[in-house]
Amino acid sequence: MKLRLSTGPHLVNRESTQTLMLDVLIALVPTTAAGIYLFGTKAAWVLAVAVISAVVCEYLFQKLARRPVRVMDLSAVVTGLILGLNLPAEAPLWLPAIGSAIAIILVKELFGGIGHNFMNPALLARGILLASWPARMSVYHLPARVLGVTEVVPAGADVISAATPLIRPGGYQMYDLLMGNIPGTIGEVCKIAILIGFLYMLFVGTIRWHIPVIFVGTVALMTWVMGGDPLRSVLSGGLLFGAVFMATDYVTNPMLKVGQVIFAIGCGVLVSVIRMTKAFPEGVTYAILLMNILTPLIDRWTSRRVYGMVKKHA
Amino acid sequence: MRGVFVNGIINENPIFRLVLGVCPVLAATTSATNGLGMGLAASFVLLGSNIVISLLRNLIPDKVRIPAFIVVISTFVTIVQLLMQAFVPALYEALGLFIPLIVVNCIILARAEAFASKNSLFLAASDGLGMGMGFTLGLILIGSVRELLGNGTIFGTALFGASFEPMLLAVMAPGGFIIFGLLLGIVNAISNKLSTRKGV
Repeated sequence: MKLRLSTGPHLVNRESTQTLMLDVLIALVPTTAAGIYLFGTKAAWVLAVAVISAVVCEYLFQKLARRPVRVMDLSAVVTGLILGLNLPAEAPLWLPAIGSAIAIILVKELFGGIGHNFMNPALLARGILLASWPARMSVYHLPARVLGVTEVVPAGADVISAATPLIRPGGYQMYDLLMGNIPGTIGEVCKIAILIGFLYMLFVGTIRWHIPVIFVGTVALMTWVMGGDPLRSVLSGGLLFGAVFMATDYVTNPMLKVGQVIFAIGCGVLVSVIRMTKAFPEGVTYAILLMNILTPLIDRWTSRRVYGMVKKHA
Repeated sequence: MRGVFVNGIINENPIFRLVLGVCPVLAATTSATNGLGMGLAASFVLLGSNIVISLLRNLIPDKVRIPAFIVVISTFVTIVQLLMQAFVPALYEALGLFIPLIVVNCIILARAEAFASKNSLFLAASDGLGMGMGFTLGLILIGSVRELLGNGTIFGTALFGASFEPMLLAVMAPGGFIIFGLLLGIVNAISNKLSTRKGV
């Protein structure tokens, strides 16, 4: 008889970084498709440059630093795509290229590669681009095409430039907010597509519901308390995209459920505060980045008592 | 003496090796010119205070040496401040508060405490010069990178065409931290490589 001796874990499943990233990519397909449909080929170019630049930067850096090349784990593709979806469709193509280089080299690889970045790479890259080229990053255009026509772009005009969704008297119709007939970045406008991606990730178990739902719920609650329209505030700006695809990054949010709830509430409060004080038009980026920084601290507060450890008496 | 001088520029470069005086390093490097100005001002103070403290090293009682050093240093800072105000008012305006703050620059006090108060006049003077040059070169390097990225120029000369869009972050405080950190890493990686090649 043959006895096999081995240490745990003894259960092995097919899940790997690559399959997880593939699931995220599948979840991003509706958003990407909607973005390209709404904003046209310009958006496709921005996304392509962002993804290719991220992959090339990761490959080159790992080669030059003589680290194992891990491009095939698809994490660079996800980072590049999420960064691209965070840019306006009118961005000149050097913007996604520089952004991806910052995300991959500065935020991810210099801190030790996948799993060691202390902030979400795509998000910090967006923050750096926003601070460096504010004029390029904060001018949004109405989508060239419209899903289920409720209003039509005037003939002859390719795009209509608009600063914020609130520029028009009366604001946008709820239907427009939901479908993406509003100015914004490529990925954030079409809420339906984001929700489809969210449901897919929930279904296959890539993420749990806590962070997105509590994050968005906190914003809605705070807006309602402050006398705003909660539904409108949830559907405007990059809140849904950030809550579903960026606040849920495994590396940069707390490990335990309790911690994740604290993280999500913190994100929601910060977004509401930044939006209300109007220091910036949109606070999702900075809110998530700040909570990324607090994540190690939250992990320390919420760490469970190890079995057998004596409780400290004050 | 030459060894002491070179030591301050390379082996014990105040910015990239000792990591001292980081506050002016971040605040005064928004352009290469500002870096040069701050570096020269600090070098002057460093040289002067090293000389005077070295001369007085046997007269200063040990218990009150720090206040005594500070009085000497602040004398030279006042001199440099008045000189800059009179002759380079534009640079004086640009550096602002950071000129009087040279008094509390830790490089100057560190060299007074660690070197000038224990060594002869000539050694102390060459240490002051070397450290000053090392500080100035570091500031010019950081200032050039930040000015190039944030404004497209070095010492005011445009290097790129008109289509270049400057990266505003580079001349803001967070960009200063990021660029300082990257340069620190690059300089140390290069010197590590050199020292392993030598077999030291």
